[in-house]
Amino acid sequence: MFESRLLLALIVVIGVPAATVGYVALVEALVQRLPHRSRGTVRPWLWVAPAVLLLAVFLVYPTLNTLYLSFFNADSTEFVGLANYRYIFTDNSVLISLRNNGLWLVFLTLLTVTFGLLFAILFDKVPYESTAKALIFLPMAISFVAAGVIWRLMYDYQPPMQPQTGTLNGIMAAFGGDPVAWLINRPWNNFALIAVAVWVWAGFALVILSAGLKGIPTEILEAARVDGATELQTLTRVTIPMMGSTIAVVATTMVIFALKAFDVVYVMTNGNFGTDVIANRMYKEMFNFTHFGRAGAIAVVLLLAIVPIMLFNIRRFREQEAIR
Amino acid sequence: MKSSRALPLPREHGKRKFQVDRLLRRLPLHAIIVVMVLIWSVPTLGLLVSSFRPAHLVTTSGWWTALVPPWNFSLDLYREALGTAGMGRSFINSLFITIPATVIPIMIAAFAAYCFAWMKFPGRNVLFVSVVGLLVVPLQTTLIPVLRLYNELGLTGTFTGIWLAHAAYGLPFAVYLLRNFFGTLPKDMLESAFLDGASPFTAFFYLALPLSLPALASLAIFQFMWVWNDLLVALIYLGGAPDVAPMTVTIGNLTNSLGGGWQLLTAAAFVSMMLPLAVFFTLQRYFVRGILAGSVKG
Repeated sequence: MFESRLLLALIVVIGVPAATVGYVALVEALVQRLPHRSRGTVRPWLWVAPAVLLLAVFLVYPTLNTLYLSFFNADSTEFVGLANYRYIFTDNSVLISLRNNGLWLVFLTLLTVTFGLLFAILFDKVPYESTAKALIFLPMAISFVAAGVIWRLMYDYQPPMQPQTGTLNGIMAAFGGDPVAWLINRPWNNFALIAVAVWVWAGFALVILSAGLKGIPTEILEAARVDGATELQTLTRVTIPMMGSTIAVVATTMVIFALKAFDVVYVMTNGNFGTDVIANRMYKEMFNFTHFGRAGAIAVVLLLAIVPIMLFNIRRFREQEAIR
Repeated sequence: MKSSRALPLPREHGKRKFQVDRLLRRLPLHAIIVVMVLIWSVPTLGLLVSSFRPAHLVTTSGWWTALVPPWNFSLDLYREALGTAGMGRSFINSLFITIPATVIPIMIAAFAAYCFAWMKFPGRNVLFVSVVGLLVVPLQTTLIPVLRLYNELGLTGTFTGIWLAHAAYGLPFAVYLLRNFFGTLPKDMLESAFLDGASPFTAFFYLALPLSLPALASLAIFQFMWVWNDLLVALIYLGGAPDVAPMTVTIGNLTNSLGGGWQLLTAAAFVSMMLPLAVFFTLQRYFVRGILAGSVKG
């Protein structure tokens, strides 16, 4: 056991990096043997080959295959047409997950952008900006699994009259209130889960929005103030409109994340008490119910919801390239 | 007495008065910021304190009671988490998974990105725009076919399988980021290198890569964090077998199996956070830069 672990460690630390560099060295040695004229046409393909191969095998082919499988039954042996899609849009428990993803989409996006913007604007005015930023940003380094454990401690519930162990219920008790079962009371438990994601992603929004804020030329802000605009007017009529594209970047990232939300739900409630989301539902369809047709259909719905953002990204990229 | 106090440096006095005024006026601002930062830090702080308390106290009293005497701290939860709960082995597994899953996509992406930036071939733009499109493809759409493929090839539950999967999922972002960075390298420099007889191989390893170290560092940290903190990919392709499970999967299993006895999780979660937090505090600059460079990862 120990020896195989040692061998594995050697492969991990030396073997894998050597193999990747070795590939290009090999390619170059082969290309040098070719006639001079064909070198320029062969070489690029060999350089992009590993990336294209990996993307084709792990992203392109599986996406098409999932689309295909979504029209078949549980073990992909019988064509069922749109039955899986009909199931998704009629079954009550799946509809609840779809509704929850809607809640995630609206509130996660709204709250992270609001907090990110608020922090960016406030922190910009004080000398200890970088420390404050780092502390808000810190949860980004933590896995959602660990964030789930952290917030379990926040939301922990003990029956009334017993000493509370959860932070929030401790505060409730200190003010003489009754303890709340944050993760069980519907539909508010969804917001308890979204709050965890907001706690993690606010730092991301802050970092990006803060960079956008610092990119606004000070002359423009000065001009607005000289013309007699109040702080609030400068903010709502100059600063925020000028940050439009930065806010769009944060918002699209949050929308994608809200649609794909999985870890927080899986760890904190596993979708019980009406908190399921479609990514967790898909996991259940795959492993608990082994219905690959329905799991595939859920994945396709997820992909279709993201396609507009994909097109938006490509358009934005094209515009940037045009400027370059 | 009165005059002697008022006399020296009246301007200094005025300046100080101005500063005090300013401070008072800005007091609400500072208060709001401090409160917000505290709210954001309390959850993590609570976990840290809890993980150092004896197990029976964690379940019977709030963590904040540990902040006042009589102090009662212990390392029992850590001992148990690393030993019987299997977090020690999972820590090593996480390393075995994360290191190659960071190195492979970055090297492969660097080759491809250099090619996209500096070599001419038919279909180059179409290929690269496709990569930009793949940035946001949810990896959920790939799970079933890849899992079936792995079952046929016997790659389920192996490190090789998860390295390749993570490498592929990290590639679009890595190619995108590096191609944009390579594109900004001075053209004259590369061209004069070629005139001096350098091959693309030499130009890549001796010019492009060394000049791109900041971008590579950002990318490495980003991919490292992504893989280290990943739950879904490991859960699906490793199947939860304890001898290969990374820490996220082990903690996920503990949450589901422990139920009420979750105090062990506090120490387990902190063990899993140590390395990312260390990376975060030492290399924060690169992490932030990576996030700024391409905030479109799917």
